[in-house]
Amino acid sequence: MSTALNPDEHLDGSGNRISPALRTEALEQLLTERGLVDPAVMDKFIATYETAVGPLNGAKVVAKAWTDPEYKARLLAEGTAAIKELGFAGPQGEHIVVVENTDTVHNVVVCTLCSCYPWPVLGLPPAWYKDPAYRARVVREPRKVLAEMGCELGDDVEIIVRDSSAEVRWLVLPQRPAGTEDYTEEQLTALVTRDAMVGVAHVTK
Amino acid sequence: MSATPSLIDLDADAQSAPPRANGELVFAEPWESRAFGMAVSLHDAGLFAWSQFQAALIARIAAWENHHPEGECYSYYTQWLGALEDVLAGDGTVFTDEIVQRAEELAARPAGYDHRHDDGDEHGHGHGHGHGH
Repeated sequence: MSTALNPDEHLDGSGNRISPALRTEALEQLLTERGLVDPAVMDKFIATYETAVGPLNGAKVVAKAWTDPEYKARLLAEGTAAIKELGFAGPQGEHIVVVENTDTVHNVVVCTLCSCYPWPVLGLPPAWYKDPAYRARVVREPRKVLAEMGCELGDDVEIIVRDSSAEVRWLVLPQRPAGTEDYTEEQLTALVTRDAMVGVAHVTK
Repeated sequence: MSATPSLIDLDADAQSAPPRANGELVFAEPWESRAFGMAVSLHDAGLFAWSQFQAALIARIAAWENHHPEGECYSYYTQWLGALEDVLAGDGTVFTDEIVQRAEELAARPAGYDHRHDDGDEHGHGHGHGHGH
């Protein structure tokens, strides 16, 4: 019996490449036959992340922090616990640390080694977040990468790159845009984007 | 270990529209969602710690970044699937040979073959029991 695959080897017995779709189907069949996965349970997990858990959760957290100073203090002190107050918890949400963007400091999040991401508040990461180019470049030249993504920052703004890991999942508390003083929490929620909570965009009115 | 209840509770949010203005799909192809769902449900069932899977994923991604066939595009979920296979092979749950063999059988299906049956006629060999330790 072989053990782990050679990383770039996805070949069948005749040396032909097996598509990941076929490999996945084969693995699901084997696991199902052995009673280790239940396709119906899988369906439920998949549907949850396709439709229910997404950046709207994080947007609610941000909007509450903008309108409730005590909540904001709790959020910055104990991210996971404060997020749970709003009912958002689950896998990859165990160690969320929230950092605040200000006039002088801009936080941007990456996972240099893989794709760690706070699922309960942002859902699953977008393609660019997982891409080798983003993961390598945002560490080396954050200001340039951010500008390319449409997030211009003044030279006086310090950029802090936050590297997510199994120990810490970062969430950015973006700056509340000017001119929204009379907005309700619901109106503010609608302004907050996923990209702003990763730190690659500003929130705009 | 089980985080299912809180996940299910969040379904209450399903009717409100998340700010996904860019309309990006979470999964580009159906198999990606199956590979994702398998890892999450196996972990949820206690088959492995997430840190174990994550270490395997980091190793796969690093290996791909160090060396990959010229012209091959990066596919995150291909690395994810590889990591899952590594974890399952590592503890003897499912061996790579078995996956390859089953995949070959699936590839040999005639077009239009209904693969949703569960009667086991097609694959009654060699996968039953006694794997493991």
